Amino acid sequence: MTAYLRAAANVLVHVPDLVRYGSKPWREAARNNQAPNEVFTDLRSFEDAVAYPPNQAFIGNLPPENLGEIQAPWYENPLAGASPDGVFGEILPQDSFYALIEAADQFGLIMLDRERFVPGDVGSESAAALLDREKPRKKYKQEEISGHIERGEALPLFQGGDLIGCVRRDHESDESLDARILLENLAAKASGGYALSRLLDQEGIAPEQVEYVISCSEEAVGDRYNRGGGNLAKAIAEMAGCANAAGVDVKSFCAAPIYALVHAAALIEAGVVGNAVVVGGGSMAKLGMKAYFHLEKEIPVLEDVLGGVAFFLTKNPEDGPRVNLEIAGRHTAGKPSTPQGLAEALVRDPLARAGRKIASVDKYAVELHNPEIMLPAGAGDVAAANYRMLAALAVMGGEIAREEIPDFVETHGMPGFAPTQGHIPAGVPFLGHALERMRVGRLGSTMVVAKGSLFLGRMSRQADGASVLIEA
Amino acid sequence: MFKGKKVIALGERDGVPGPLIAECIEAAGAEVVFQKTECFV
Amino acid sequence: MDLENQAAIKSIADEVGSENLMVVLGMPGEGLRLAVETLTTGDPSWAGPLAGVSLGLPVFHILEEKVRAQVPEDVYAEKLLMMEMVLDLPQIESDLASMRAAG
Repeated sequence: MTAYLRAAANVLVHVPDLVRYGSKPWREAARNNQAPNEVFTDLRSFEDAVAYPPNQAFIGNLPPENLGEIQAPWYENPLAGASPDGVFGEILPQDSFYALIEAADQFGLIMLDRERFVPGDVGSESAAALLDREKPRKKYKQEEISGHIERGEALPLFQGGDLIGCVRRDHESDESLDARILLENLAAKASGGYALSRLLDQEGIAPEQVEYVISCSEEAVGDRYNRGGGNLAKAIAEMAGCANAAGVDVKSFCAAPIYALVHAAALIEAGVVGNAVVVGGGSMAKLGMKAYFHLEKEIPVLEDVLGGVAFFLTKNPEDGPRVNLEIAGRHTAGKPSTPQGLAEALVRDPLARAGRKIASVDKYAVELHNPEIMLPAGAGDVAAANYRMLAALAVMGGEIAREEIPDFVETHGMPGFAPTQGHIPAGVPFLGHALERMRVGRLGSTMVVAKGSLFLGRMSRQADGASVLIEA
Repeated sequence: MFKGKKVIALGERDGVPGPLIAECIEAAGAEVVFQKTECFV
Repeated sequence: MDLENQAAIKSIADEVGSENLMVVLGMPGEGLRLAVETLTTGDPSWAGPLAGVSLGLPVFHILEEKVRAQVPEDVYAEKLLMMEMVLDLPQIESDLASMRAAG
């Protein structure tokens, strides 16, 4: 049996009033004794986020390569007539997302004041499908909400600066069930559920057909005895109505989406299931991570969106390109955790084992972090550095001459266009584009490659990574 | 230049990471007293 | 620069003394500029433990010519040679030169 990639969906959720709850803004505000809502007022409008060229590339309305032709800075050159509805994705406004978070919550954690908060017309069938499944919600009163906030039991939720509700902690002394942690987890669940719903909608797949869901989301779901215990996958499957799906989480920092694809394909190849979904919800902790650099340089706070991705894999050859598990890169514990060591293990070696050259892959989808977000913060252009490393490997292998590095990067690469949401940029946002191109014979193969900063967790100084080839 | 010196190696994930700097500088005779890899993603 | 790293470096400098200590960096671009500034004249964002602290540490980049020359050839060929093709070496040299000239 072989596994095939049938569909991909990329979603964004514009959440300017949640930026203050990102890890960095939250920490900075506490350190400066500021209320977390003082710094991040006046962020981008929904319309600005929709018309932002990289966001249009993310939902499939613009080939990523075309970003290179748009005058930088991209935030000053919005796309005229941009729509929140994309070829393989969509962008949701914050008020609709609050309704989704409320729907994702089964424990009365999200308390919305329905007199002050009337979400607009959701405008997205995929989001509306998630709401329809839920029972009518309790209407909380303003006094009740303020009471929880004043007693330090809840975090306020704002819409355009107005208090419209709160998220409550669920245990007095369990920091894993703290209000902000629960909001992080609910945001990942709701944005993951939204991505999955969009995927099924887009393909006309009934939720009940899904047999298995693997989540590659980053959040540590669990209580104090099981911090990170997980299985957000099953929670997302339930939310999206996938009643016949089992699920599990796969984690390895930013490399998780690739592992999840490989595991899903392997389950299909082994005949355990006939289809599987890979889903990744957004990371609230990463909102506004580089916002202070942006504010200092008078750049809009661009980290104001949550990302979500979902992929459908099947055993049917007619459904799409093959997920080629014979060319899947692994970075073993004995390998050096250097950019070179990773690139060799993830790209050069698996291709060489199959007797193939680096340049034989049409497009590489490396970590596609939007450089316009990264560069002002002193971080390099991650995508460009990764492409140059692959080109350098091709030089070392005698495939190309050193002068051909820029050509290789242009031919086999693309500018980064994904929001800096950790695992979301992990190569996989290109898969929607790849499927579109493969359907019309404009692309033969793509290799998704991502790295994970394992060392951040202090359990090892190693980095990690994974890759897999997808070919028509 | 590095012989007998104490060195802080501060790298970046997508540039040259800390452990790699440390290895090279130690080979040049330095004593690495602190090494770290920054990650902006 | 990461606040925890600033704190760690400050305590090492306090313990070892600035005269016996040097820093070797591995990041390119704006990150390099920020790190050099933080480790010599103090944290420019005034956010970390090195705000207003002039450690004045000698700071180098692992890929500058004079540092590369110190690394044994075999180690260099195995570990760093590829990075020459990935990072912009002339840019790193000129960034460091202008920062050093500015003192």
